[in-house]
Amino acid sequence: MNGIHDLGGMHGLGAIRPEADEPVFHEDWERRVFGVFIASFAGGQFNVDEFRHAIERMDPAHYLESSYYEHWLTAVETLLVEKGVLTRAELEARRVKLAKGAV
Amino acid sequence: MSKHHHNRPLTEVELRVKALESLLTEKGLIDPAAVDEIIETYEHKVGPRNGAKVVARAWVDPDYKQRLLTEGTEAIAELGFSGIQGEDMVVVENTDRVHNLVVCTLCSCYPWPTLGLPPVWYKSAPYRARAVSDPRGVLQEFGVDLPPATEVRVWDSNAELRYLVLPKRPAGTEGMSEDQLASLVTRDSMIGVGLPRSPNA
Repeated sequence: MNGIHDLGGMHGLGAIRPEADEPVFHEDWERRVFGVFIASFAGGQFNVDEFRHAIERMDPAHYLESSYYEHWLTAVETLLVEKGVLTRAELEARRVKLAKGAV
Repeated sequence: MSKHHHNRPLTEVELRVKALESLLTEKGLIDPAAVDEIIETYEHKVGPRNGAKVVARAWVDPDYKQRLLTEGTEAIAELGFSGIQGEDMVVVENTDRVHNLVVCTLCSCYPWPTLGLPPVWYKSAPYRARAVSDPRGVLQEFGVDLPPATEVRVWDSNAELRYLVLPKRPAGTEGMSEDQLASLVTRDSMIGVGLPRSPNA
């Protein structure tokens, strides 16, 4: 798929900027996304090819502006909704509830 | 991992993650203890010290080195490193004439069993774009200046195949033990954006 993810050779993307002594995860939510992805994959919810394709289908601007693990989060949400495991309504309702501090 | 209490409102991304994890847990589709164990494994147990052992073994054992270069997956598995995102491995050797650099232009394919999880820069747009079109510029950004006569080979990883660079053994390391040699092998040298440390450096 000749999408936004096909970055090889593209110009204008700037300096590489490696971080010294970079931690494996920068935020707690990143490590949770990692663990949830692996557990969902191991549980057979989707395969890795579907997962990559779901990332490749992201809105191009969102893809470039969002962080790596947000790509993963978006892909897992997309696949689980498309496969009928969760609904957007369920996810939204839970987010609202969590935002209010109730669980 | 301990769950710290938030004294500030959760961000949108944090809310999305909590919503996802809590719903999947309630539906019995994931087990939080299993998720914790997965995190623990890849945050603390699997990492570039694995690849360093592979490199050190190749430096001291010519037969192992030959197996590593011709049957990478099996040779790496001899040392006990195998599993997801390392199912098919090719090891490429740096010599006096050739320097190898590994990238995944399309996403972030990386040999997890030998190197752990990739750093942010490896997965980000600038490296993925320029490693294939300006490898010498990329190497200079990492402080690696190669003689013009050195051939630079760039390997673009894909969904099926992962690469590990076998760096050149540094000078002045004769007689060092495998453990001592492994301590000279940096993660960046096994990606190809760095060189191994010199002894007493």
